[in-house]
Amino acid sequence: MSAAKQQPEQAAASAAAQGNIIRPYGDTTGDGMVQMSFTLPLPHDKKAEGAALQLARKMGLDPALLVHAKAMGPDFTFFVVYGSSTHLVNLDDVHVVEREYPLLSAKDANLTIKKQLRRKLVVVGACIGTDAHTVGIDAILNIKGFAGEKGLEYYREIKVVNLGAQVLVPELVARARAEKADAVLVSQVVTQKDAHIHNTTQMSAAFREAYPAGQVPILIAGGPRFEDGSEKALGVDRIFGRGTTPGEVASYLVHEISLRKGKKP
Amino acid sequence: MTRPNAMLELDPAVVRRARSLARKAAAPVVKIARSHTTVSVERATLRLAGLAGADHERVPWVNHLVTAVRDEVGLEHGVTTPVYDALLRGEAPDLTTLAQKAASGNVSFRLPSGREATAARRAAAKGVGAGLRTIDRSRATRDRLITRHGDPKTKPWIYLIVATGDIYEDIPQAQAAAREGADIIAVIRSTGQSLLDYVPEGATREGFAGTYATQENFRLMRAALDDVSKELGRYVRLTNYASGLCMPEIAALAGMERLDMMLNDSMYGILFRDINPIRTFVDQRFSRQVHARAGIIINTGEDNYLTTADAVEAAHTVTVSQLLNERFAKEAGLEDWQLGLGHAFEINPEIPDSFRMELAHAMLARQLFPDAPLKWMPPTKHMTGDVFRGYLLDGFFNLVGAMTGQGILLVGMMTEAVVTPFLSDRDLALQNVRYVMNAASGLTEDFHPPRDGYIQTRARQVLSEAVDLLDRIVSDTDAAGDAPLLAAIADGTFGLMKRPATGGKGLDGVSERADDYDNPATTALDAWTPPAKETGR
Repeated sequence: MSAAKQQPEQAAASAAAQGNIIRPYGDTTGDGMVQMSFTLPLPHDKKAEGAALQLARKMGLDPALLVHAKAMGPDFTFFVVYGSSTHLVNLDDVHVVEREYPLLSAKDANLTIKKQLRRKLVVVGACIGTDAHTVGIDAILNIKGFAGEKGLEYYREIKVVNLGAQVLVPELVARARAEKADAVLVSQVVTQKDAHIHNTTQMSAAFREAYPAGQVPILIAGGPRFEDGSEKALGVDRIFGRGTTPGEVASYLVHEISLRKGKKP
Repeated sequence: MTRPNAMLELDPAVVRRARSLARKAAAPVVKIARSHTTVSVERATLRLAGLAGADHERVPWVNHLVTAVRDEVGLEHGVTTPVYDALLRGEAPDLTTLAQKAASGNVSFRLPSGREATAARRAAAKGVGAGLRTIDRSRATRDRLITRHGDPKTKPWIYLIVATGDIYEDIPQAQAAAREGADIIAVIRSTGQSLLDYVPEGATREGFAGTYATQENFRLMRAALDDVSKELGRYVRLTNYASGLCMPEIAALAGMERLDMMLNDSMYGILFRDINPIRTFVDQRFSRQVHARAGIIINTGEDNYLTTADAVEAAHTVTVSQLLNERFAKEAGLEDWQLGLGHAFEINPEIPDSFRMELAHAMLARQLFPDAPLKWMPPTKHMTGDVFRGYLLDGFFNLVGAMTGQGILLVGMMTEAVVTPFLSDRDLALQNVRYVMNAASGLTEDFHPPRDGYIQTRARQVLSEAVDLLDRIVSDTDAAGDAPLLAAIADGTFGLMKRPATGGKGLDGVSERADDYDNPATTALDAWTPPAKETGR
């Protein structure tokens, strides 16, 4: 991108000097190049293009290059903009959740459950609320599994109760109690109007109400659009995102029951 | 555009066997459907008789009236006889007043006999007949408008979705979509609606991930699309969903309000919404009979099998479902041009030859059902959030659609699984469709899969797996001695979901018909035959 050619040496030098400072990479270290597209509610004319460029600059793209503008009907214009981002990211200020438990094979997971519980670990799973997308929960629970890993049904020491789609929260709580569930997995794919957040908080609140303190099953929410680190806000113990495999969930469950066993002997 | 040439060289004996097995699997279930009724069938009948509206808590009057009759005389005789008997006895001047009185317990119902029964039945037939005539008039109006404005110039018809939750937001979006090139507008329903055992009333603005299907919403949207059809000089069709617990009622409302297409799958509710199988099949048959009479094109939901199972391994379940859907539809009086049988582009793109397999599967559907419009649905399962890759996948999806002469093309959005589509996503998606159709739809002339090549072989394999599965279904049994198809559904044959005939939502709304069961709607629908001409649409 020609727009980046203006100060490549300087940018590269400063990035190297600062080590933990990161900028986007277009085709040269430190060029900061990003690409974005958006629509403005304006008819396509010179003024609209100027507005698009001004927006891009306010978003920190400088210089910004308007590479495409197209009218969509009489009232809207679609833009594609390339530009060098003036923002810097300091990696020292970036905090993420790293996995704090070891990945276990199915055999090791079974063994640990047997040793810790001396019975099967009971997992109840469901898509709650109005969500009918069972792809996620099925990938984790069904024996068919996901990404070459067998689902939790495959684990000898795990009893899986998959309630399927559109399960009401009270129904889920009742079933979890009836099955004496150690863990409850809910899957949420639909995110319109934050449905996944509302449903999950409603679920965790219901469990806290139904169980004595400290005896709530391990609550796990899974879905592609949960924010990392939002467990506390949602009232769940763990969130799993896109690409999670059954083995990761099983390993986490084993880790968590071991922890809880340790807490209350 | 649809050329039913024998491109795949399927063995006609195998195709015949597949159809006869589907017929065999469906027959016992049809028998069950003919010998039962449900609360929703009875409510639909009252809606045809003109009972509309709801109380101040938005409980529809049809629900009040059916509940009252059911409590006093049961459902098994049909509700219209006791209802019209009460009217003839002067309990109320009209259905609405009767329902209001019934809601407060101020009217008693009985099962009349002798001349009184005959009189009640005659009055009921007259009342319900009015609704059926409204449906006939709507069909005639549609035909007239299509003649005036014309059908879309090219196939496939472009199918776009609106889903704001607010009918007054949906309307301008739908009109904009039509101006951008949509031939069919589908208004997605509020996600919870399939499990509501009543149809909401009035214009609604508070849907959840979609807009409630109500009679008033149907009317508003159809009127808005009539305006835009006139402006564009092409009849823009409207689609909604006849599924869930109120399938028969929604079908009746759709027929009266001139909707043009309805999502209506024979097993979707059972498998994916856990609705009781008997309830579903009974409701199903009634709703399809109404659709047949209303001239509505149904869209079936085979795409769902592929989103929950592997699209290669489960390819034959799509074929089986299409054959069953076809059989149940034909039995209910629907004609080939009304069968928007579904299939989808859902094979994992990482698999070698995934495109060749998609092409083989799509050609198989095209050739098995040469006179059905077929609804071709875009990738969803392997749309990852990488919108650029998704755009490419949608292009390949469109290419299969162009090469196999699909009737209805649901436009794929690159933001699938990310956000509800932006205005620009829809524009880009339509550009994608237009480019591919413009560039490649002529390929149907040039492209013939070589004899015994990969595509022919794959198509034959899927068909033979479908025949094997149908074979297993018709010989399935369970301890309760259910119909084989019900036994097969109970043991998880479809979509790996086990749905026993005694489980699921809505079972308590099912009754076996008594010998004196009378329902003027089912009587008229059973006797109805489609008008002589009306082919090749």
